[in-house]
Amino acid sequence: MDPTTFLDLAAPVLGSGLRLAVPLLFACLAGLWSERSGVVDIGLEGKMLAAAFAAGAAAATWHSPWAGLLAGIAASVFLALVHGFASITQRGNQIVSGTAINFLAAGLTVLLGQVWYGQGGRTPQLGASERFLALDFDFGVSRLLGGHGIGAVWSEALAGHNILVYAAIAAVPLTWWILWRTRFGLRLRAVGDNPQAVDTAGVSVASLRYRAVIVCGVLTGFAGTYLSVAQSAGFVRDMTAGKGFIALAALVFAKWKPFNALAACLLFGLLDAVSIRLQGTPIPGIGRVPVQVFQALPYLLTVVLLAGFIGRSIPPKASGVPYTKDR
Amino acid sequence: MLKTTFAAMLTVCLTAGAAAAAEIQPAVLYDLGGKFDKSFNEAAYTGAEKFKKEAGVDYRDFEIQNDAQREQALRNFARKGFSPIVAIGFTQATAVEKVAKEFPDLKFAIVDMVVDLPNVRSIVFKEQEGSWLVGVLAASASKSHKLGFVGGMDIPLIRKFACGYVGGAKAVDPKIEIYQNMTGTTGAAWNDPVKGGELAKSQIDRGADVIYHAAGGTGLGVLQAAADAGKLGIGVDSNQNHLHPGKVLTSMVKRVDVAVFDAFQDAKAGKWTGGVQVLGLKENGVGWALDDNNKGLITPAMKAAVEQAEKDILAGKIVVHDYMADKTCPY
Repeated sequence: MDPTTFLDLAAPVLGSGLRLAVPLLFACLAGLWSERSGVVDIGLEGKMLAAAFAAGAAAATWHSPWAGLLAGIAASVFLALVHGFASITQRGNQIVSGTAINFLAAGLTVLLGQVWYGQGGRTPQLGASERFLALDFDFGVSRLLGGHGIGAVWSEALAGHNILVYAAIAAVPLTWWILWRTRFGLRLRAVGDNPQAVDTAGVSVASLRYRAVIVCGVLTGFAGTYLSVAQSAGFVRDMTAGKGFIALAALVFAKWKPFNALAACLLFGLLDAVSIRLQGTPIPGIGRVPVQVFQALPYLLTVVLLAGFIGRSIPPKASGVPYTKDR
Repeated sequence: MLKTTFAAMLTVCLTAGAAAAAEIQPAVLYDLGGKFDKSFNEAAYTGAEKFKKEAGVDYRDFEIQNDAQREQALRNFARKGFSPIVAIGFTQATAVEKVAKEFPDLKFAIVDMVVDLPNVRSIVFKEQEGSWLVGVLAASASKSHKLGFVGGMDIPLIRKFACGYVGGAKAVDPKIEIYQNMTGTTGAAWNDPVKGGELAKSQIDRGADVIYHAAGGTGLGVLQAAADAGKLGIGVDSNQNHLHPGKVLTSMVKRVDVAVFDAFQDAKAGKWTGGVQVLGLKENGVGWALDDNNKGLITPAMKAAVEQAEKDILAGKIVVHDYMADKTCPY
């Protein structure tokens, strides 16, 4: 197979992988912000779900995807603050609080959806003007590259996604820059590794951690909105389907670093895309492979990679430990 | 103690029986995917609502959230004396069999599966015939000579839809290519619109321009993806033409609504029968939907072709193969 044909075949799979990676990436970065500040967040899943519901409902009510995004962020930030209050101010167990948020979101979204719309927890189906649709930009690149090979990669994998896809990718360098190149970022990472030192320097541990969980809430808000307003047209019960937990796995995988997170999420997204695309198509030399093989592949690969190839993955030292001044 | 309990139970049974004679207490148990999947379960809901309106008899319903609830819900209905109890979906079979045995005086019905008990009415459809018809339409409408099919859970019943569809399409255009995908192997495959959308996109990328789904709630994503890409979708079970007007070629309607309505109606009129009911084209159990939303898409030539196919099936000139009979598809 010559490279051009290969790229022609691979381009749509890459595009699909990118689309599937976006919610993981938002959630993974959200987890990164939270855990870098020392707050373990197992409630990513619940926050995403609540955001997806709020976004679907708001977009249907005000007929605008942006209203959906705002509502999604608001819902998710609210839950993030609840988690923050429990784990920062009250010094509670962060796993318990996160799990509670997951349960709360799973039940409340369906309940409210049923009461408001009477469609079994679904929000009304969104029309084209109420969703984030694929952007139509090209900058004349297609003409330059042609329709095959690199040109196909451009037009099918890179261009033509909705705005949130690009926002997710932009959030990666932004996160890196804020956390590793600003004073605020330095303090925030310090509070996750050694809160005593930050406290001694006269900086409030609680305020830094609150700011981190708010950013975490904003990012999961984006993730949830993407699910219900961009990727599909409305909220469906349990639509996160464990993506919050996969994002946590990706975070461990990425050793709590933003660019690694991008790579890990793209890998997971790509595997998902491959399992969808290769279903039922014969592979040269092997023949037709059962669907189950592809469905199990992401999990197998995670185990194998975690077991042997990425080395030790060490979380921020104070992650999960509530900070108390006097001991 | 035992005696009083027994006596109490007997009274309950007797009063329940008396109530049933005077007025029936129907109930519906939906499958995973939910009452408002705009497809299979919603068709059952439509039928039950129609009965409620026409007969003025209220009914109870229950949407299960996981597999463990099937038997619980059925037994709960049965204990309260509901009859007939209509269970929607093939996965209810074991639960229906068990509970129907325990309550031989109550009437049960199951859609899409056969439970061989005297107090159970089993309603199965000849989906292959309806799928053949939409296959004929799809092949006539396709410009790329490539079609798609997205199934929900990978089970023989769904393969039956696919097989009829392929047969109908190939009858029009023997060289047509049809991509088939299944969403998954668990109940979750009925309610995963994102994956459905991605599967549809993958088929569109390979050139398909008409995509038929038999995937319940997952199919909403399939129809959405087809409409977004400017291609055509084909709905299933309920008439889904209105979901994306002008972007849904037609829908393979499976009259679950009629089956539920009839079950309730027969019980009310005292004409209830157990046994197996097979509803095909002849019994108006399956068909294709034509309404204001898709009439611009169906050309006179396509209409003629599909009506000819209908006639041929009714006359027995075309016998559509039933995948479930031998688990193979000859087309």
